Order: sequence, then C-alpha cells, then structure tokens
Amino acid sequence: MQKTFVRIENLTKRYGEVEALRDISLDIKQGELFGIIGPDGAGKTTLMRILVTLILPDSGEAAINGREVVKDWKYLRKHIGYMPGTFSLYEDLTIEENLHFFATIFGTTKEENYDLIKEIYEHIEPFKDRKAGQLSGGMKQKLALSCALIHRPDFLVLDEPTTGIDAVSRVELWEMLGKLKDEGLTILVSTPYMDEAELCDRVAFLQDGVITEVNAPDTIKKEFDQPLYAMNSKDNYELLMGLRKMDMVRSAFLFGENIHVVTNHSYGEEELQKAVLEEAGIRANIRPIHAGIEDCFMSRMMD
Amino acid sequence: MRTILFILQKEFLQIIRNKLILGMLFLMPVVQLIILGHAADYEIRHINLLILDQDHSTVSGDLVHHFKASKYFDLLPAANKYEEGLEQMQRGEADIILEIPLGLERELNRGESAEVHLTADAINGVKAGLGTKYASRIIYDYNVERGRAAGGQIITPIDLRYSNWYNPKMNYATFMVPGILVLLLTLVGAFLASINIVREKEMGTIEQLNVTPIKKYQFIIGKLFPFLVIGLMELTIGLVIGKLIFHIQYQGSLVIVYSFAVLYLIAVLGLGLLISTLSDTQQQAMFIAWFFLVVFILMGGLFTPIDSMPLWAQKLTLLNPIRYFIEVVRMVLLKGSNWMDVRWHFRSIFIAGLILNGLAVWNYRKTA
Repeated sequence: MQKTFVRIENLTKRYGEVEALRDISLDIKQGELFGIIGPDGAGKTTLMRILVTLILPDSGEAAINGREVVKDWKYLRKHIGYMPGTFSLYEDLTIEENLHFFATIFGTTKEENYDLIKEIYEHIEPFKDRKAGQLSGGMKQKLALSCALIHRPDFLVLDEPTTGIDAVSRVELWEMLGKLKDEGLTILVSTPYMDEAELCDRVAFLQDGVITEVNAPDTIKKEFDQPLYAMNSKDNYELLMGLRKMDMVRSAFLFGENIHVVTNHSYGEEELQKAVLEEAGIRANIRPIHAGIEDCFMSRMMD
Repeated sequence: MRTILFILQKEFLQIIRNKLILGMLFLMPVVQLIILGHAADYEIRHINLLILDQDHSTVSGDLVHHFKASKYFDLLPAANKYEEGLEQMQRGEADIILEIPLGLERELNRGESAEVHLTADAINGVKAGLGTKYASRIIYDYNVERGRAAGGQIITPIDLRYSNWYNPKMNYATFMVPGILVLLLTLVGAFLASINIVREKEMGTIEQLNVTPIKKYQFIIGKLFPFLVIGLMELTIGLVIGKLIFHIQYQGSLVIVYSFAVLYLIAVLGLGLLISTLSDTQQQAMFIAWFFLVVFILMGGLFTPIDSMPLWAQKLTLLNPIRYFIEVVRMVLLKGSNWMDVRWHFRSIFIAGLILNGLAVWNYRKTA
C-alpha cells in the first residue's frame, strides 16, 4: 500500500451562513491521480484553496507530506503547484515571459526543470512570443500548467482544468496528467464532468460540502446494485416525462441518445416495455445495462 | 532581494507594454502644464458690465468713459430700466450693473454727495467680489480726478504702491506650474499605483502569486518602486517644460526639490497602497482615489490660498501632503529657499509618509 501523501481531517469552512465544507476527511496516496467530482458550488474550490494555503480552515487539519497547511505554509508554497479555476497569468506578458517570471520567483530557471514541462510546453513553444491574453483556451491551460510545474512541485492541484476548453484539449490535458503521474507527481484535480472521474485513480464525490463517496471508479461502478436500463424511443423527451411519472421508476436521466432508468425492482425487458406502453403510451426499446460512473453519481445525488 | 528584482522586471515590462499608461505618463504633464499653465489665471477680466445711465450728463458720461478705458470690463449695450438690467443678469449676460441715478451731476455740482449703485451677480463669488472692487476703485479714482480738476481740497488717503516679489510680473504660469507638477506626481502615486495593485486582484493573478514564495513586502516594494521612478520622471519632464516653455527661472536647489519629491512620493504611494487594500476592482480604486484627490487638491493651496481658509480648514490642511509639496516647490523654485527654510515641511511629509504607509501595511496584512 502506498503511503498517505495528503491527510485531511475534519476540515470545516463556512462563509457567513453558508457551510462550504462540513467535516471533510480524506486521504490521498503518494503518486495518486485523485479526482474531486461535484456540481458547481459543492465546495471543490474551497477545499483546494485550503490545501494550497490560500485560505484558512475554520477547524480541522490538513497536511501535505507531513506538513501542516496552516503552520507550514511557507514550506508548502515552494512545493505545491496550483492552477486556479480561472486563468491567472499575466495576459499582457508573453508565454515565455510568464514562464520566466514564475520560474525566477521560485528561484529556478526554465532550463533547470525543462524535462518536466517539455511535453506540455512543446505545444505552445511556437507561439512563445505571443501574449498570454491572445491565446486560445487550450493553450492558456497548457501555459498555466507549465507555470504551475516550473518549480517541480511534489503536489499538483488543478481546479477544474477542463472547464471551458474544447474536447480535444480536454483529452490532451488528461493525457498530460497521466504522464505527470507516471513521473511520480501526486495530483489532485477537480471537475464538474462526471465522465472524467473514470480517468482518475480514485475519486471523491463532493456535494454540498460533504464527501459522500471515495473510491476507485471501477469499485464505484461495481458497487452499483440497482437495476438499470437504457431506453429510447422516437421521442425521447416525451418518454422521459412519461417515465418520471411512473411509480416503478426511481430515476430517469437522458444520457446522449438513451434514457438511463433506475427502477425500484428488477424487471424483465418485456415486462417493462409493457408497463411503459400502458402507463406512458409510448413504445420504447429497452435493454438492461451495466452502470457507468455517471449513473453512480446521479443516483448518489438523488439520495 | 533577487525576487524583488524579478518582480520589478515584470512590472516595468507591463508598464512599458501598456500603451495607455505610457501615453498618459508623457502626455499628461505636457498637456496639463501647457493648458493649465496658460489658462489658469486668478486675474478676472472680461467682466460684463451693464451701465444704466439715467443722468445722461457730462459727469455720468465721464464716469462711463472711465469704465470703458478699464481693461477689466466689457461694456454691454446700455439699458434704460433697472429691471431690464436684472433680466440680463438673470440670463447670465451681465455680471455687474452700474446704476447712475438721475440728478448725479446736479447734486455733485451743488457740492453734495451723490450715490451710484452697483449690483453684482454673486453666483461666481470671485468675479462678483473682484468686479465690485475694481468698479469701486474706478469710481474712487474718478472722484479724486474730479476734485483735483476743481482745485478743491482732496483728502488723499495713503497712497498705496506695491510690488510683487519673487514673481515681479505677476506671471501666473510661474505660480501655477509648480502646483501642477505636484498634482501630476500625486496622480502617479495615488492613482496609478493603486490601480496597478488592484489590477492583480481583479485579474486573479494575485491568486497565482500568493501560492509562490513571494513575501508581501517584496510584492509591495516591487509594485510601488516603479511608480517612484515614474513620478520622478514626470517631475523632470515638468521642470523642463517650465523652463523651456514658461521661462521660469528656478531660484533654489533642485536637490531639495528632488529629495522632497522622493519623500512625497513615498507618502502618496502609501496612500495608493491603502486605497488598493480598500478596493477589489480598479473601478472602486478609482473612486476612492478620486475622493482623496479632490479633497487634497482643493485643500492644497493651489486654487485657494490656505491663509484665506477658515481656521479649522487651515488646521485640516496640516494633514494634506499636497499642501507641503506645493509650498516647498514654490518656496524653493521661485524664492530660492534653502534646507533650513523647508525643514518643517520635510519633517511633516516624513511623518505623513510614516502614517500613510503604516496604515496601508497594517490594513494590507489584515486583508490579504
């Protein structure tokens, strides 16, 4: 078993009336690619900002590699790489100037740690004299990642890195994270996209400031024990509305071309088809399926 | 120490790249000095005078002639009734009405005293005050002249002659330019510096900086120092313009002026830092900076002499850094004052700098 790298115990943070984090406890192992999945406003950013020493928790403790975030912030700031949710580099400086600036204030140079950022930086190097403000979303992200890595941190924290960038850049970013993990880096990444959970070693599901589940994506999928069906018809919207009115249906969500339906008991396909035809008046194609990670989280959110 | 250098390098790069700021930095002193230096003038001319001559006599004609000869008054076409004159004043066309009543000549010839009546539009207090003063003077002069001509005994009051020292020709540019220089430096320190710091907050870049090992004092120095340099550049540009365009002879030592400017800029940069800790957006910073600047400028002695303020206001100006700089610049540049003459100012601005920077740093630690 790998050793615990990040230890979070009973962390609480409130903003006035709002409890952003309620008694959060979590362990992240060394070398792990750990995901925090949760809807907007769940407390993902608050948790990350506490870990990177930007804000103080109201109570509870967190330590990274044995260093307390409240006491040892000076040490930690030298050894953490953080990429905030919004682009936070200097838009009026060029790619190269941004990288140079962040390298120098960490007391290092671009050349010294170039091997770590090489694969990422190569994508944007042809544009190194372009100002950061004129880059596309994906390129900005690569620059931000390069700047977060330039001082060779032990722990990389990325707050919703894939929000607002195109599908290709998303895939590229996850590939890069995978490679960085192979370099031995411990990575914490948050995302509102449930499908990205499968790319992590383990994920925590955070909702309303509470962690409802921590596990490997495969385990989460295996543990899903409710009957699940994929349905479709000529008019999926009408079918969805009809299904949601039925007593035997616990939940129904549209996933691409299909509606994923959780029922209260296990039914045969024909039995179900008949019931849908009788109660909703729609002829639907029905087949039982295995749960994806999204089904698991959707059903968590319903609880 | 090296970290500060890297921050400074970044700051200068950003400032140089900001065309608007750069343009402002060089255009502002040129435009402001040239326009204000020529236009700002305390002497009131072109006072619109309406004369209601109901006497239509030789004496009244003479008096009107005296007004015509004055460089201060522009005569409006004569009116016949006082109400007509008031209407013109209501419309803002007439500033002062001089009413010469019927029988002026007759009464004077009889050796009696006669009266003329001045009505001033006091919406513009300065114009009304100075206008009636000029008018009284003209009437008085006319009286004296008439008396002499008649060979009568005139009790001439003490003859007042005056000369303007340090600015013999009463050149207002000489008077204004040093003041405007001070405003420019204040603008750089309080305005630009605070906006520059708040920009990091607004853009979110401070977030990225805060997770680096940069210490707060390094950040503050890195942010403020460039504006100290820019401020001194502005001062230099301004002094050159004063010399080349306004031909002001600088009497005193420029070393004193620059030394004071450094202390002054440190104080004003402290104000800028304080403003930046109070605001989250550049817009907020602008508004707060405006609030301070307007009060400081109006109470700084540039437009209204501090000596003519009520006592409580005079006391209040002791807190105003602009006041000290304007005085020092005028004293040293125009009068040639030496170190001893301005030591009180040096002490005051030093204390102001301590207080402002102390407050700013204290508030900065609290918020960030």
